[in-house]
Amino acid sequence: MNMYDSPEREAKLDQKATKISARNVQVYYGETHALKDVSVDIQDKTVTAFIGPSGCGKSTFLRCINRMNDTIDSCRVEGTILLEGEDIYDRRVDPVQLRAKVGMVFQKPNPFPKSIYDNVAYGPRIHGLARNKAELDDIVERALRRGAIWNEVKDRLQSPGTGLSGGQQQRLCIARAVATEPEVLLMDEPCSALDPIATAQVEELIDELRQDYSVVIVTHSMQQAARVSQKTAFFHLGNLVEFGDTDQIFTRPQDSRTESYITGRIG
Amino acid sequence: MTDLTASPANAAAPRPSSLLTLDARTKRRNAAEARFRMMGAIAVAIAVLALVGLLVSILGNGLSSFRQTHVTLEVFLDPAKLDKAGDRDPAKIAKVTTFGYAPLIQAAMQTAIEKAGATTEGVNAKQAAGLISDEAAATLRRFVMAHPERIGETLSFPMLANGRVDGYFKGRVTMESAALDRNISPEQLQLADKLRAAGVIEMKFNWGLFTAPDASDTRPEAAGLGVAILGSAYMMLIVLVLALPIGVAASIYLEEFAPKNRWTDLIEVNISNLAAVPSIVFGILGLAVFINFVGLPQSAPIVGGLVLTLMTLPTIIIATRAALKAVPPSIRDAALGVGASKMQSIMHHVLPLAAPGILTGTIIGLAQALGETAPLLLIGMVAFVREYPGAPPEGFFDPASALPVQVYNWTQRGDPAFIERASGAIIVLLIFLMAMNIIAIILRRRFERRW
Ligand SMILES: Nc1ncnc2c1ncn2[C@@H]1O[C@H](COP(=O)(O)OP(=O)(O)OP(=O)(O)O)[C@@H](O)[C@H]1O
Ligand SMILES: [Mg+2]
Repeated sequence: MNMYDSPEREAKLDQKATKISARNVQVYYGETHALKDVSVDIQDKTVTAFIGPSGCGKSTFLRCINRMNDTIDSCRVEGTILLEGEDIYDRRVDPVQLRAKVGMVFQKPNPFPKSIYDNVAYGPRIHGLARNKAELDDIVERALRRGAIWNEVKDRLQSPGTGLSGGQQQRLCIARAVATEPEVLLMDEPCSALDPIATAQVEELIDELRQDYSVVIVTHSMQQAARVSQKTAFFHLGNLVEFGDTDQIFTRPQDSRTESYITGRIG
Repeated sequence: MTDLTASPANAAAPRPSSLLTLDARTKRRNAAEARFRMMGAIAVAIAVLALVGLLVSILGNGLSSFRQTHVTLEVFLDPAKLDKAGDRDPAKIAKVTTFGYAPLIQAAMQTAIEKAGATTEGVNAKQAAGLISDEAAATLRRFVMAHPERIGETLSFPMLANGRVDGYFKGRVTMESAALDRNISPEQLQLADKLRAAGVIEMKFNWGLFTAPDASDTRPEAAGLGVAILGSAYMMLIVLVLALPIGVAASIYLEEFAPKNRWTDLIEVNISNLAAVPSIVFGILGLAVFINFVGLPQSAPIVGGLVLTLMTLPTIIIATRAALKAVPPSIRDAALGVGASKMQSIMHHVLPLAAPGILTGTIIGLAQALGETAPLLLIGMVAFVREYPGAPPEGFFDPASALPVQVYNWTQRGDPAFIERASGAIIVLLIFLMAMNIIAIILRRRFERRW
């Protein structure tokens, strides 16, 4: 199948494989047409940033990629989204299996009301990733280290995750998401509740995750998009306006709307 | 000036510049708040007064039923009367009816009177024995049947005093009323006074109220709640075992899985309506379906339990659905996001969070069921039952009574002693309800502490 048919950037596409390929995706919430004809290729081992004004459909598109939209009754998705060439909206696909491969960090931190340890261990447990307690301990520690929160919680793993500060909760959620070793990690504004130090740590983590995974991050911070991503997609009013290399988007945007947004004139 | 935007109230009375003086608007607002608070306090006061009145009246009438007058007699188990053949053959001993035991008690009473040095003018031997409950002979007979080897010995037995004697010591019966009473005479009461002074008659804690079965109209002193407590406990067990899982499963299905369409809307409306159906209707349903159609026995806890289950289900379903709805969707998203299935997200995260609410609903439903009378009357639980139901599960099919039905039953009887018992039974019922609420609170605390 033809995986390299992105119209504008065909020439620049490098050797990295396409992980996710979306074609003509339309999303409706009841009568509202929230996402209009979005086609985009997301590469493996790459950080892709979604930017755009509030309400433009970034979260909606992100939730399409791991079929979290299935949980919203009024939501209807059209078009195709391929994960490694397989249609994730195929009737034979079990969304549960998909979500084990495509992890997600939500816009609002949502730790389980359980201990910090159980929060992280939950995914590995239900997927049978650990054969014994020692292995599980290992996985939890590694995940918490990658979530840049290990040092803060290592002495109180059994205290409730909901007792952490907002920023700590979000990093716990990141740790929880990476603990299941997903192939794609979707992050919806993961740093909106974090201080600059934690943000830097998370950005470092994202950069590290790029070695193995494909990361998609929604952000309202232009600087963050510029710092962590290699590809950037700009959404506006449900349309994907522009998609390309981050450098190019931030230095030579081709669409006037993109230019206005990154220079702060629309939002 | 910005006066153009000022509100009319402001225009009429310009805002005072000092914070230390209140303007008219603030004063009015404060007055309204004070009035509202006042009304709230009055409402609470009325409720508290009503509760106190209720408690005082019930406790005042019923507390005395927890103490009962007992007569302790040295009874000689006369072989000549109980076992003429002398071979201790249980079959022959069983032939002696309670009438055969009456002379033993009469004799024992005489001995006790002599020992106490009490004079008995105007009271013959039979009347003296009349201070003791008719139930005593039956109790004595049961003892002898169980221990035939003790025949021939002289044993000390605490026996129930006659209801009138008990009433006399509790102030319910007076010398004047005794003069008009065929069942007791003032002379008998005088003798009772002397025996009490001698320590033969004394007030003891009334264990019989909790353990004894119901008794006939003429023996209020022997009537107890044993069968009713057992019957109520069996029914609660049935309700809990049936209504909790069915209710929770139905709620989970409706709340989490069922498509939102006209059918589920219809079911929802029906469940809400069921919760409002008068309980007696459930009794008619139980009579028609469980007894007449299925052929289950009358007066059996199984039928009562099934009827109360039907009654409790809507309460549990409504409470459970509210509890499930209250779990934030972000928790479900979080679970689904790490690859949990819908069932896993419900079982591992949603249900534990909803558990306190489910528990509260269940206990409220159970408490309602425990106090329910009307449907039980219709399925025959009002019958006079003296036999204890057997052990479960067979016991579920034996006839039994229920606490609220027993209360109703006793209030229908003539002897005022039964009114005292009924009040005592209400206290027992309230204690059970309170215990259930305390259990609910403890369980809720435990569930909540885990998070
Ligand atoms: N559950 C829903 N039901 C109905 N409409 C929705 C729902 N979720 C989102 N929408 C609508 O879809 C559009 C896109 O929403 P979305 O959440 O994707 O925006 P976003 O780009 O993530 O915004 P933000 O940056 O504020 O998070 C909005 O107009 C919103 O009103
Ligand atoms: Mg969003």
